[in-house]
Order: sequence, then structure tokens, then C-alpha cells
Amino acid sequence: MRSLSGIRRIAGLLVGGALLLLTTGAISDTAVTKGSKAAGMDSCVAPTADMRRNHMDYLKHDRDRTVHKGVRDTRNSLAACIDCHAEKSEAGGYKPVNAEGQFCASCHSYVAVNLTCFQCHSTTPQGADEKVSQNAAGGAGLGLLHGMEQPLSLTRDELQRLHAKVEGN
Amino acid sequence: MLKMKYRELYCSSPRYWGGLASLVFIILIGLGAAFHMEHSGHYVTGMSNQIVWGLPHVFAIFLIVAASGALNVASIGSVFGGPMYKPLGRFSGLLAIGLLAGGLVVLLLDLGRPDRLIVAMTTYNFKSIFAWNIILYTGFFTIVGLYIWAMMDRKIAHLKRPIGFAAFFWRLALTTGTGSIFGFLVAREAYDAAIMAPMFIIMSFSYGLAFFIITLMAAYWWAGRTIGDLRLAKLKNLLGVFVGAVLYFALVYHLTNLYVTQHHGVERFILLDGGIYTSMFWIGQVLVGGIIPLFLLYSPAFTHSRFAIAVASLLVLIGGFFQVYVIVIGGQAFPMSLFPGKEVVESTFFDGVVAAYTPTAAEALLGIAGVAVSMTLVAIGARMLRVLPETLEDPQEGEAA
Amino acid sequence: MSNRDDQPDMNRRAFLGQTALAAGAATVAPGVLLAVANGEADEGVTSDVRWGMLIDTNKCADGCTACVEACDKENGIDLIQRPQGQSDEMWNAQRPQWIRKLKVRDTQTGAVSNLPMMCQHCEHPPCVDVCPTGASFKRADGIVMVDRHTCIGCRYCMMACPYKARSFIHQDVVRQRTNAPRGKGCVESCNLCAHRIDAGQESTACQEACSAEGHKAILFGDLKDPQSEIAQALKAHESRQIRGDLELNTGVRYSNI
Repeated sequence: MRSLSGIRRIAGLLVGGALLLLTTGAISDTAVTKGSKAAGMDSCVAPTADMRRNHMDYLKHDRDRTVHKGVRDTRNSLAACIDCHAEKSEAGGYKPVNAEGQFCASCHSYVAVNLTCFQCHSTTPQGADEKVSQNAAGGAGLGLLHGMEQPLSLTRDELQRLHAKVEGN
Repeated sequence: MLKMKYRELYCSSPRYWGGLASLVFIILIGLGAAFHMEHSGHYVTGMSNQIVWGLPHVFAIFLIVAASGALNVASIGSVFGGPMYKPLGRFSGLLAIGLLAGGLVVLLLDLGRPDRLIVAMTTYNFKSIFAWNIILYTGFFTIVGLYIWAMMDRKIAHLKRPIGFAAFFWRLALTTGTGSIFGFLVAREAYDAAIMAPMFIIMSFSYGLAFFIITLMAAYWWAGRTIGDLRLAKLKNLLGVFVGAVLYFALVYHLTNLYVTQHHGVERFILLDGGIYTSMFWIGQVLVGGIIPLFLLYSPAFTHSRFAIAVASLLVLIGGFFQVYVIVIGGQAFPMSLFPGKEVVESTFFDGVVAAYTPTAAEALLGIAGVAVSMTLVAIGARMLRVLPETLEDPQEGEAA
Repeated sequence: MSNRDDQPDMNRRAFLGQTALAAGAATVAPGVLLAVANGEADEGVTSDVRWGMLIDTNKCADGCTACVEACDKENGIDLIQRPQGQSDEMWNAQRPQWIRKLKVRDTQTGAVSNLPMMCQHCEHPPCVDVCPTGASFKRADGIVMVDRHTCIGCRYCMMACPYKARSFIHQDVVRQRTNAPRGKGCVESCNLCAHRIDAGQESTACQEACSAEGHKAILFGDLKDPQSEIAQALKAHESRQIRGDLELNTGVRYSNI
């Protein structure tokens, strides 16, 4: 038994290390799809790490402002997310953001978190031909880099420190 | 004085587990039906934008109303000091909890978004009687739970009376709340009546007691214990009074409505030419649920017939079910009057016409599963707790009880 | 000594208290910070305006359904698929209808009027009163709508509405328009094209369509602005609320009925 425990420990270390590699790999990899507007941008409306961790809270906060107070040009509007992150398909339209391999789905299926937004919300940007309100102040796709002096990009070290900080609060 | 001994419901294993298994089977089918409804959406039911509350709601309201009534026996025993009812108090509390749970399960599983239960429990609109009901239901579970505890545990026996009082008033509030769900709907002619709340209370007395008698007789038959004639006669006479009272309230309700010219349309619909609803009212509610049970309960020919008592209780429940059906579905089927003095000639939305409703199997199975949930809880509770007296023989001559 | 084990450990108690405090702060803080960062003190719709409609039934043409079609398109109702095998009758009873055309005849005089019927945007909406979760709500500018994020699909609001203005979504919805999210199991109704109003437009799809047809039966505007066309018209001519007996003070008024 005693001899086994050493082997076990090593095996455990190996498995743990592999898992760690997988996780860090996921952190460094981007889920942004090539054919989307977002691919050509330096950063989202907030640093990527911030968005990864907090996008659901931002969305939830601004959704209440939109629904109850009628503020539609919010920084964190779901419509803007979709505008930017939906990938153009060969047919000329857009691929749904919750389709397999697309921006929302790839991450959510990786972390196994249910994605409920799209039970009700449109998964593709409203086509230019069927845009309802042209004169929307701030428009759907605008205001993206709002409040950002300069786009931020974090190294892996910085990112991990940020994670540690957030988790250890 | 003989001491009343309580013991867990005990009968041979195959009999108990067999019964339990069939109940669980019904529940599983009902859950499957609920899943089907939620997965495909409510289009697989007969409910629509015209009849928005259907058969599941009839079952749920029926069970919830009966739940508060089932507690009556305990109230009579410990609040009003009826010695003959005292030994039945524990079982009465258990039945009340079981019936309420069954009703709520049906109500919950019929929601458009049952996955948002947590939203329903955490965001309240205190102007809504529905939100108040959520609090009333949770409170009912707690208070009746404490009540059973007080009845069973000698150490806190002195709390029995105050808790009994609390439970009694809580159950009145609960049924008032359930009745008010309809009473507050000003827009619909069939519902807009203050008498709804007291009528629901008296309905609860009747259905609750009928449920109590049936389950008590079933439990004692199951376990091979005996119930005394005198005790049954007491319950039976009480049921008779309640059934009569329900009929009286129905009479007053319709007479009041007939006095208001504006309501003649809906009265005509329920009483004369509403097709299925008229039949349900006269045959289901009045004949099966009122007159026949009264005859069975009071006719000298059946004085000692236990079968007659059981049948009468069952008929009261069937009649009660029809009564709730007529109130819930019939009230919605009758068209709302948007333009008094005018008739609707054309509409794409069934304005001005009687809405059609044909319940589907899924709805019915879900509703029946609710009843099965109630009965399962009661069967398990009676097996695990000492709620049923070992014997309910009549007290000997000269004994207090 | 062993007795001391029974005593509550003060350190632990203090720790628990602090943890609870911290957890509370962590829950509340992001919202507060966000609110501060965005300067949200007085933003969004105000009660200085109240949106409403005046419908002249004399101008509403028999057989014209332009308003209904425009509404269906604007709010993505035309994107909803009929479930496989559903009968016409059931589909008609179950599909959402935000606005519908009615033709009514006076039982005494025989006078016939046509009118569109939709959510009347009451000042005291029964649907808001009865909603258990507060999902059915009235915006500051008088628009009554459903917050689908908290709607549990109990349909009590549909029971309470005197106008049958609300619809329940009975089946899966695959395609939606961005401005009109929609999903199975929630209730919805006319929201006076709130997305247009929020974008600064003062028109609804139905009103636009009615004008485009040349009928001009629907007048839309701010009831509280005495200079607005609708306020002037309401002042100049007799109009009525449907089910005025309920004293709900509807935002949609009808004339010549």
C-alpha cells in the first residue's frame, strides 16, 4: 500500500498538471470568432478578464435599466454583444451566437453553465434592412469603447494575479 | 378514563408498499405529463389565451381549499374542545399538509416558467393577493407542523391551544386568500363578488371533511383497525351541515347575481344555456355534490351504513370538483363585456363568444398526480409518525372520552 | 474544561458576522459602483410624459388590418411558427395578438363601429396589481409592460385584464427581433412600441401604418403635454374609455363610439 501511495501521488500530480494546463490554455485562448466584428477590435467594453468574470452582472444590471427605465444605449447591452460577436456566415447572414463553436456557446459549454438569454433574445444582429429605429441615440454597435482611454491587454501572469485577487477577496 | 394510544400505521408489507408503489406510479406519470407540457410549451394543453387557467388549476384550487378544511377536525378538537374529535387532531393536521403540498405541486408545475420558482419566492409584489398566498401557504406548513408537534409532544403540550388558535385563524386567512384570487378580478363578471371569499371557506369545510372521512376510513381499513359508530356518526352529521351550507352559499351567490341586471348574462350562462357548464352546475355540483350526499347522510335507511358515508363523502368531493370547475373554467368561458349595449360582430380573438376548452390528457394526468402526491405524503406520514389512534372504538358508557 | 466546548466561541461568532457583512457588501457593491460610475441618478423615462392614443372609430375602416400587420412585423409576431399539427381554431386562440380588429354593433340602434383593441395602458392597471413577482409593471411614462426576466408564467394578469390584451407564449420561439425578445412560457402584450419611444421616435407601428393607409384613425402622443396634438384633440372632442366603469384611467381613448 505504502509503495502505491507514491505512485498515486505522482499520478495525481500528473493529472492535476494536465488539468492546470487545460485551464490555462482555455484562459489564454480567445473565444472570439474570426468572422465577427469583435475580431477586429482590441478589446471589449472592459478588459477581457473583467468581461470574462463579470459580464453576466453587467448584463443583468443594464437589462433592468433598459426594461424598467427605457435606457437602451447602455454600455452593456446584450444587443450590442450580439452585434459584435456574431460571426458572418457564408450565406451572407449571421451565425447564431449560441450555435456550437460560436462566441457565447463555446465558453458556456466549456464551463458547463446554462445559457438562458437566448430562450427569448435574438441570437443574430438585426439586419440592416430591417432596422427599426435608425435614430437610436448611441445606436446598437456604438459606444463600444466608451470610457476606455486605451484598450487593455493582459499578459497571462497579470491575468492570473487578477484571478487570485478576485477569488481571495 | 382510557388513555388514547397512538401508533404508526402498520399493515402487512405487501399491502402498504403495494399501495405506495401505485401512488408513486401515478405521480411519475404526472411528472412525465408536466415535463411534456413544459418542454413543448402549453400548446399541448387545451389552455389558450382565452381560457388561461385550465384543469390543473381546478385540481390545485380544489386541493388547496380542501387542505385548509381538513384542519377543521383538529380545530374542533383543541380549539373548540370537542372531546370526540380530539384523537383525530394529529391525522387532521397531517392530511392538511399533504393536501396543500399536492395542490401546490400542481400549481407550480403548470407555471409557464416553473424553473423560476426562486424568482417567485424572492421577488414579491405585495399588492398581489397571489404573492400573499405564497406567504400564507408557507406559513400554513410551518404552523400546522408546529401544531402536530404540540399535539404529539407532551413537553410542549401546553402550547397546543395557542398554536391551535393560530392555525385556525391562519387557515381562515388562507382560504380567504384563495377565494380572493377570484374575488379581486373585477373585470370578469362571474368572479366580481365579495361573497367569493366566505363561499370558499365554507367549501373548504365541506371538501376538507369529506377528504378526512375518506382517508380516515381508508387508513383504518388498510391497517385493520376499528372506528366506532358514534364517532363516524358525528363526522357524518357535521359533513351534512357543511354540504347544506355550501348549497346555501351557492344559492345566495346566484340570487345576488340575479338581482344585478348587468350579471343576468353570466347567470343565464351558468344556470340555463351554458351547455357543459350548466350540466356541471346542476348535475355535478347541485345533484351529485349536494342533494344525493345529503340524502345518503340523513336518510334513516342509511343510518348505520358505513358504505353510505364513504359514498357520500366521495360524491361531495366529485361535486366539489365540478363546483370549482364551473367557477374557474365557466367563469372564464363566459365572454367579458367590453362594450355594454353592443354586440361583437367580428373579432379575431373570440371577443363576445363563449371560449371553448377541451382539456388534454397531460393536464388531467398532472392534476391527478397532485392528488396522488397528497395521498402519498399522508401514507408516509401516517407510517412514520404516531398520528392515528390504535383504536377509535366509541368510549364506554360514563367515560369522558 | 470540557464544559467550555459548549460555549459559543466568540471569535467564531465575530468571524461569522464579518463574513455575512462582507458577503452582503460584495453583493450590493457592484450594483452601487456601477450605478455611481454611470451617473444613473436621474436617467431614463420620466413621469413628465404619459404616452397615450386616441382612436377615432369613424375613421377606422371596415376590413382594414394595416395596424395589425404592422404590429406583427414590428414586434416579430409574424416570426412565430405555428406548432406542427395545431388546428386553426387552437392556433387562433393560442397565438399572441397584441392588437386586434373588432367590429361591434349597437344592439338597440344597429350602429356599427370598427376599432382596434389592444392594451389600454391603464393608470391603475389590474395586471400590475395582481402580478405576484412584479414582472407586470408600469413605466414612469405610463407604458404598461412585462419584464420577461421575472415573469413566471402564472397568467394571473391575463385573468385580471378587462380587455383580454395579454397573450401567453404557448410554444418555443426560434426567431425573434432584437427589439422584441420573446420566449416560451411568459406573458406579453402591446408596449406602445417602447423601443421606438426610447430611441426618440414619437410613433408606433400601428399608428404609422394607419396613417400610411390614409385613414389616420390612430393619434399617438403625450397626454400630459397640453400642446400635443393628442391632448388638444382630447380636449376638443368627446372621447371615452372602454370599461370606464372600472375607473382605470386608460391611456388609450376612443371617440365616436
